[in-house]
Amino acid sequence: MMTIKFMLNGTEQTIKTDPSRRLLDVLRKDFNLKGSKEGCGEGECGACAILLDGHITNSCCLPLASVHKRSIMTIEGYAKTARFDVLSNSFAEAGAVQCGICTPGMILAAESLLNQNPAPTDAQIRIGISGNLCRCTGYNMIVKAIQSAAKRGEGLW
Amino acid sequence: MHKDISQSIHKLDAHARMQGKAQYVGDIDIKGMLHAITLRSPIAKGIIKAIHYPPLPSGYTIIDYRDIPGKNFVKMIFEDWKIFAEDTVEHIGEPIALIVGEDKRVLYDIHDKIICDIQPLEPLFSYQKSVIDYQFTKGNPDPVFKQAKKIIKETYETGYQEQAYIEPQGFIGYPETAEKVTLIGSVQCLYYVKNAVVSALDTHPDNVRVIQAAVGGAFGGKEEYPSLIACQLAIAIRKTQKPIKLIFEREEDMSVTTKRHPSKTTMEAAIDADNNIVGIRAKVALDGGAYIGLSGVVLSRALIAVTNAYTIKHLAVSGDVFKTNTVPNGAFRGFGAPQMIFAIEMFMHHLAKQLNQDPYSFRMQYLAKQGDQTSTSGLFRDPIIMPKMIQKATEMAQFHDKVKAYKTMPNRGIGMSYFLHGCGFTGSGESTHINAQVKLRKDDHDHVYILVAAVDMGQGAKTTLIKIVSHTLEIPIEQVHFDYPDTDDVPDSGPTVASRTAMIVGGLVNQAALEMKSLWQSKTPLEVIKRYKQPEWIVWDEKTFQGDAYPAYSWGVNIVEVEVSPITYQVNIIGIWSVYDVGKALDETIVLGQADGGTAQGVAYGYLEVMVHEQGQLKQKNMTDYIIPTAVDMAPTQTHLYDNPFALGPYGAKGAGELTLVGGAPAVAMAIEMAIKKPIKKIPATPEYIMELMHDDDH
Repeated sequence: MMTIKFMLNGTEQTIKTDPSRRLLDVLRKDFNLKGSKEGCGEGECGACAILLDGHITNSCCLPLASVHKRSIMTIEGYAKTARFDVLSNSFAEAGAVQCGICTPGMILAAESLLNQNPAPTDAQIRIGISGNLCRCTGYNMIVKAIQSAAKRGEGLW
Repeated sequence: MHKDISQSIHKLDAHARMQGKAQYVGDIDIKGMLHAITLRSPIAKGIIKAIHYPPLPSGYTIIDYRDIPGKNFVKMIFEDWKIFAEDTVEHIGEPIALIVGEDKRVLYDIHDKIICDIQPLEPLFSYQKSVIDYQFTKGNPDPVFKQAKKIIKETYETGYQEQAYIEPQGFIGYPETAEKVTLIGSVQCLYYVKNAVVSALDTHPDNVRVIQAAVGGAFGGKEEYPSLIACQLAIAIRKTQKPIKLIFEREEDMSVTTKRHPSKTTMEAAIDADNNIVGIRAKVALDGGAYIGLSGVVLSRALIAVTNAYTIKHLAVSGDVFKTNTVPNGAFRGFGAPQMIFAIEMFMHHLAKQLNQDPYSFRMQYLAKQGDQTSTSGLFRDPIIMPKMIQKATEMAQFHDKVKAYKTMPNRGIGMSYFLHGCGFTGSGESTHINAQVKLRKDDHDHVYILVAAVDMGQGAKTTLIKIVSHTLEIPIEQVHFDYPDTDDVPDSGPTVASRTAMIVGGLVNQAALEMKSLWQSKTPLEVIKRYKQPEWIVWDEKTFQGDAYPAYSWGVNIVEVEVSPITYQVNIIGIWSVYDVGKALDETIVLGQADGGTAQGVAYGYLEVMVHEQGQLKQKNMTDYIIPTAVDMAPTQTHLYDNPFALGPYGAKGAGELTLVGGAPAVAMAIEMAIKKPIKKIPATPEYIMELMHDDDH
């Protein structure tokens, strides 16, 4: 057992638990944040992706100990931001959401990318989301959505 | 209200899904629930001598074949697929028992202490034991082959393809009463699950309730397989009288669930003195795996697709499903057609080359026209606009310029496939097996509820069906509702498969809406039920494969451009251009999304996605070793839709879901063929296969 302190969606949290637990399980079980999904359990698909200090990270491969004193943003927290509004409207408009299991992770990957590069090329977008697998869309509409969000949300990133 | 129905709206469930609010089965917990894990056969074939279980801690239970109240098979078509292995095991991963209890760690501990005493038998992996064989002819093939100037023969092979939905399979269930079991799951076919569980529990249909959770991708993988785990879970719930959750981990999902059938197809063409194709003989072998499941129906669709988008006068077509001691194969978007369309497209292409003709103009000559006979001597009744579609696709891709340029430029290639897909169930399935029924209910606030068993698995069924009702009743979208179906509420409108949801279920929903409109009285509740009636002109003989196999066909053209590395033989996709005729898009963005996703799966089937088994053990078990395209692997796609309304479809709609997959593999294979100047006869065309071709001068 260990006491772990971290920021979660803007609020400081302290929990006492086994530090080797996966962040994904802690988010889903202890905080009831189920927007992060388990697709493969080995860091390959990105369905469990969250932002760790603003960077896209797979929560299924992250032992809780490694988030001590760091900042986590999940889709539930991100959904309250103005940037999410721009991204989500662009995703809906472009048709970038099909079954939706990859979408929370995909949107956070888009945020992580736009945060570093507010005006990416299509090729940079493809690289930026290449850690997130989508089996439904073939990615085109996702690329278009992120491109359109970058334009609509100019100044936000 | 009088807008064109194709005009896109935001998908009605998109915002909830983006916020992470959609409840997939893994997100649902029930207080006091237990977990279940599965004990599986470690060997491909054997006789179970004994299973030695360790002493179980209190609250932990084993469920096996002895607990099944009904017959030990998953009710489907044949009585062959066992719920739990009984005296023999037929494939690695075959379920033997469920281990049920509160703490998963304890479950794994028990699992590891179980000793399976199974006497190994020699497993079968080659195509020797046929369990289903079909054949049919068109015209008079025998004399045509006898009189042929020459006969050209080639053989094609295709590999496994894994659906690779990002959400693994799973159910959660609970005892609603001592008799009644409720199951919530990631499924395509609520009534398949319900009927299978009713049979397994040997109970009254009222005692089984199946509810759909949000589905995180399916692609056919959640057509028949969920019935197996639902039966196991229902038996466990009946026995323990506790809520139980059974969710597969990725490795388990990939190792034991159904895949696309590997195939081997031999094609022969009878060529006359003027170098015309006068007849084709085709023989198809599908690897069915250990149990038949839906393999016979998959074989039917493959055989009927024998001439794809072409008309050939004389045909002799036959095929077998072979039993092997491997994971049972099953439904996957396209359902037998991708294997056959790969074979016939490559064959037509290769025939032209062998006859020293330009492949594209040669293939064009044989394109089916309205009024032609189909492969099963039915009729292409509706207008076929393939020439216009091909023209458009070639312009979009600058196809002809590239073909010319790549004749001399090494390592670059471009290929074009033509294809069709029969919409709805094959043959008389819709009228004799399904008998779909839909219900519309209006409440006293004039809100209308669509009650059907159709599942929105991401393809947009919810939005599409709501749009139909809203347009027909001329009421706002917000006034129409379609919730996750629950078999206690919705009639059996059939499974969510076979590109039938928009055309068949949507068509019935539209008829119900029209009737509701004629009876509409504001603020008065009203219910309308519609049942499918096969148009009289559709005549099909299941035994001889003669007649109209489908009420309508959707059509497509794919162009794929590639670059092949001369050093690593890695294939890089440069561009994809497609043109589709799906009758009428009920929502343009939704159909374009189906096109993008389906084409990506089809192209990847042709060059990227590798799955093989070694002595019955699948070697790919996770997203790490079974490679599906990332955003970097896929090139930008451009797609054009032509309207070609089908009189019996709602607003003219035909099928769209599967069509977009079936042409990808031959298009990419033809492109690779042009780049490497060697004929491709096997997919996936991996770097290893390309290297083999490059180093083998006999090809």
